[in-house]
Amino acid sequence: MRKDYNLEKRRYVIGGFIVIIAMIYICRLVNLQVFDSKYKEYADSNAFLRKAVYPSRGIIYDRDGRLVVYNQPAYDVMMIPRDVKEFDTLDFCRALNISPEDLRKRFVDMRDKRRNPGYSSYSPQKLLTHLTAEEYGRLQEKLYRFPGFYIQKRILREYNYKTAANVLGNIREVSQKDIDKDPYYMPGDYIGDIGIEHTYEEHLRGKKGAEVLMRDALGRIQGRYEEGALDRDAVAGKNIKLSLNIELQQYAESLMMNKKGAVVAIEPSTGEILCLVSAPSYDPSLLIGRERGANYNKMMTDPDKPLFNRAIQATYPPGSTFKPTQGLILLEEGIITTGTMFPCYHGFISGGLRVGCHGHGSPLPLKPALQTSCNAYFCWGFKAMIDKRGKYGSSANAFDIWKKHMVSMGYGYKLGVDLPGEYRGFIPNVDFYNKWYGAGHWSANTIISISIGQGEILATPLQIANLCATIANRGHYITPHVVKEIQDTIVPAEYLEKHTPTIASHWYNDIAEGMRMAVTGGTCRLANLPDIEVCGKTGTAQNPHGKDHSAFMGFAPYHDPKIAIAVYVENAGFGATFGVPIGSLVMERYLRGHIPPERKYLEERMLQSNTIQFAGTRKH
Amino acid sequence: MQQENSGSVFRYVDWFTVVLYIILVMAGMVSIYAASYDFDHANMLSFTEFSGKQFRWIGLSLVLGLVLLLIDVRVYENYAYVIYGGLLLLLLVTIFIAPDIKGSRSWLVIGPMSLQPAEFGKFATALCLAKLFSSYNFVLNASRKNYMLALMIIFLPVILILGQKETGSALVYLSLFFVLYREGMSGLILLAAVCAVTFFVVAVKFTGTLLLGIPAGQAAVFIMIMVLIVAMLAIYCKEFEAARNVLLWFVGTGAIVTALEIIGVPVPGMIFFITVIMAALAYCVLLMFKTKARKLIITVSAAMVSVIFLFSVNYAFTSILQPHQQMRIKVALGMEEDLRGAGYNVNQSKIAIGSGGLFGKGFLNGTQTKLKYVPEQHTDFIFCTVGEEEGFIGSAGVLLLFLILILRIIHIAERQPNVFGRVYAYCVASYLIFHIAINIGMVIGLCPVIGIPLPFFSYGGSSLWGFTFLLFILLRIDASRRERSF
Repeated sequence: MRKDYNLEKRRYVIGGFIVIIAMIYICRLVNLQVFDSKYKEYADSNAFLRKAVYPSRGIIYDRDGRLVVYNQPAYDVMMIPRDVKEFDTLDFCRALNISPEDLRKRFVDMRDKRRNPGYSSYSPQKLLTHLTAEEYGRLQEKLYRFPGFYIQKRILREYNYKTAANVLGNIREVSQKDIDKDPYYMPGDYIGDIGIEHTYEEHLRGKKGAEVLMRDALGRIQGRYEEGALDRDAVAGKNIKLSLNIELQQYAESLMMNKKGAVVAIEPSTGEILCLVSAPSYDPSLLIGRERGANYNKMMTDPDKPLFNRAIQATYPPGSTFKPTQGLILLEEGIITTGTMFPCYHGFISGGLRVGCHGHGSPLPLKPALQTSCNAYFCWGFKAMIDKRGKYGSSANAFDIWKKHMVSMGYGYKLGVDLPGEYRGFIPNVDFYNKWYGAGHWSANTIISISIGQGEILATPLQIANLCATIANRGHYITPHVVKEIQDTIVPAEYLEKHTPTIASHWYNDIAEGMRMAVTGGTCRLANLPDIEVCGKTGTAQNPHGKDHSAFMGFAPYHDPKIAIAVYVENAGFGATFGVPIGSLVMERYLRGHIPPERKYLEERMLQSNTIQFAGTRKH
Repeated sequence: MQQENSGSVFRYVDWFTVVLYIILVMAGMVSIYAASYDFDHANMLSFTEFSGKQFRWIGLSLVLGLVLLLIDVRVYENYAYVIYGGLLLLLLVTIFIAPDIKGSRSWLVIGPMSLQPAEFGKFATALCLAKLFSSYNFVLNASRKNYMLALMIIFLPVILILGQKETGSALVYLSLFFVLYREGMSGLILLAAVCAVTFFVVAVKFTGTLLLGIPAGQAAVFIMIMVLIVAMLAIYCKEFEAARNVLLWFVGTGAIVTALEIIGVPVPGMIFFITVIMAALAYCVLLMFKTKARKLIITVSAAMVSVIFLFSVNYAFTSILQPHQQMRIKVALGMEEDLRGAGYNVNQSKIAIGSGGLFGKGFLNGTQTKLKYVPEQHTDFIFCTVGEEEGFIGSAGVLLLFLILILRIIHIAERQPNVFGRVYAYCVASYLIFHIAINIGMVIGLCPVIGIPLPFFSYGGSSLWGFTFLLFILLRIDASRRERSF
């Protein structure tokens, strides 16, 4: 047997060769499996289809449990562009009832980074929205032929009443900004827009669930991953009970038809808003479904601004509805007593200044002044306080105290209602006038018009209603709010807390009595009901936009107030012409449940009248 | 006599290898079960499943192995040419009678079974080659005729299998050059082959980045040529002093160029490499006057040929090959992502393996394989399943098992008392090296996709039986080594 030892060594070359290859492969495996994590992600994006499961959104009821807003299913066609294989476009279009051109345009729009900044070929994209049940059925049957497409069930809103659009708000698709702010949202999700849909979004939306599905190489769903172990059930949104009485809301809205302005009614003891009307309003169902965009744009450009919630966003001069605050401050500061009389000779005349008034007895004390809405009385009173240097040192100091009282009554700052976009109104302060006139160069006469709620003073109808509720409560208020109950949670603490203005409680009795007198024998006689003791105060606010605004605030019953209301009708003239009838009808409807025949004429007049024609286009 | 003989077989059979074999086929079956797992019906041993069928094949293989061990070892030796001739005939017939399956005509359908004769050609060729080398006074290097005979034995089945359009299976036979190398073929031929493949791949693959103003791949090949010169001077010519001098020259000039690059002086790479290499070669030529000229001449020519090869690769790739041919090579080298075409398999199998992580996703938890992202996952791409479900631990473990098996076979080869046994054993080792290196290399994206199965693992009776034949005949030959030496 021949042995070649030289050749025998070659076993090491061959063995070494295979060892080196094995080493190289093991290095490669280390690299692929241990160090490089991207393959794990690739495998997951291959295999798992994370499908969101949308919870039903919370249902909204009114204070008496009437169903106001509920859900309807809607179907969106979603696609994951990367997974889409060639498919029969015509068949697809036929199922969806669209033309191939439309489909092509949708594809182009979807990829347009400007219109759809969240576009990625790996993530679900919305191709078509709001399929009808019929279209959904047709497509669902054929869906297996269109890999990469699936149907996403979503929840849309349905409204039982064509009312309270500005309170309820609506839902819209999230924008990129919403997604950036809160990663809970994914493109195509819905979010509450304006109204309580916005404020209580986190309660109403519930919690999205997820389904982890496994998808094979052909894009077919192969079942749930680990029998659904990673799935999360959707948690339904919380139902909400509004403080609104939806029928009262509807009634008040109908009275405000063809008018501009607002009605806010509050249950004084709780701060619960019974109705909150902004006119002109709109049917909330205009903002659901495919037509939402078009309708929204139409309303945005409407000069009457139906989307503008006048009840909390419009800031009006409160006019004579402001007088009770004056009376309260003067009494609290000891400037007057209930017996103090001021003269009125068809107005307030001082230092060449004249504020007009109407015919009534003179001189007169506080209650009759409220009853007749005497301008002169409150001008004199205001002057007596601001110019009382002996007590305050300077007009500026006196005014500062006046302003603090005013703010404590809920003016000048947001009240904090649970609706988005509330305005704060305006109560000037010392700095404001110092800047305007120069420090020491102004006195009561300079700013006398604010004593009767004109001039610089601006307030929202909500603030006026809140003042009225404070008087009704004889000295305290609870921040007005529209939500009465939230399922499984309690209403935020701020809506239970009593706010007490810096005015002693007993002074309110005098103001209330004055307001009662205004109804029984003053400016609010139209509100004088035989069996319900109504208190009220009119307002007729001059404004630079045309005819006077007609305002009213009132509460009833006198001794046990159940409702406090503010009515503001733009460019409608005297407070007694529109404010009083509307306010009294709403209160009566709420307290009595119906309008008696003898007052039907008044209701009819309000329903028929149109003041929008006199309204200028306000700039806000 | 017969009784005693078979008794001694079981006493002397290499149980280590048998155990490795059983571990590998069982691991293979489990992987096949995982790869073809269906959510609806899950029964590993159901005969309607791939794993169940494979279980039947494995059972039959064990019987086959037993039979192979019981056959008198002289049968293999004496009938080697007959077996070889028979298989050649079968391969030839197959071309004409096999149905066309996905473009290849390599499957013989016998009743319910399909067999691939090419798998059985391997052991026949190994036996025949062993027989040739063991013939009296046969020395490979003795005459050109001996080479021709050996090459003929290797290439006849290659040609027939190419006729069946089974390129992958045909290429396997080229691994028998390892055997020729072991039996005396010059190592330079293997070296040249390895260098040619490496230079080609590196030069073509790394063209993206520039190094010293030339593509990084070219620069890398120049550096490899430098290494080659130094290595050949040291190992082949045994001119250690010259090797050291050349090494210093290369390192020194390299350091200067690197320093220049760092301070911002551009060095023309092409001129640098050619000058430095040519200077080294000139030094070698000078040496020839002193010592053994022949080996130096071979070294210098090898370096020259390498440089010329590098230039011609460049030229051939960009100027001679058609764009679609360039594309296919680029895809095979992983330079182009062709995720819908040839690259799809590799990409998905890399994802499968890569997603396994260190410990894997667990048995039957692989998503890539369960959801059929990897085509051919129970046959050629079975290694994916291991990588995905058993992670790095599992895949490296399987790789190590194969490495141990091959090293064991080399060990067995070297302990054979006769040439027949040794050559046969090296044939078995060579086939395994090729199959494992190419199959796993392709699955982890290091080799071009060549459709050959992973021995013992991949689903399929022919492949399993083919390797069972190879291995158990080897074990039978090995078991008789003691009888013979008496």
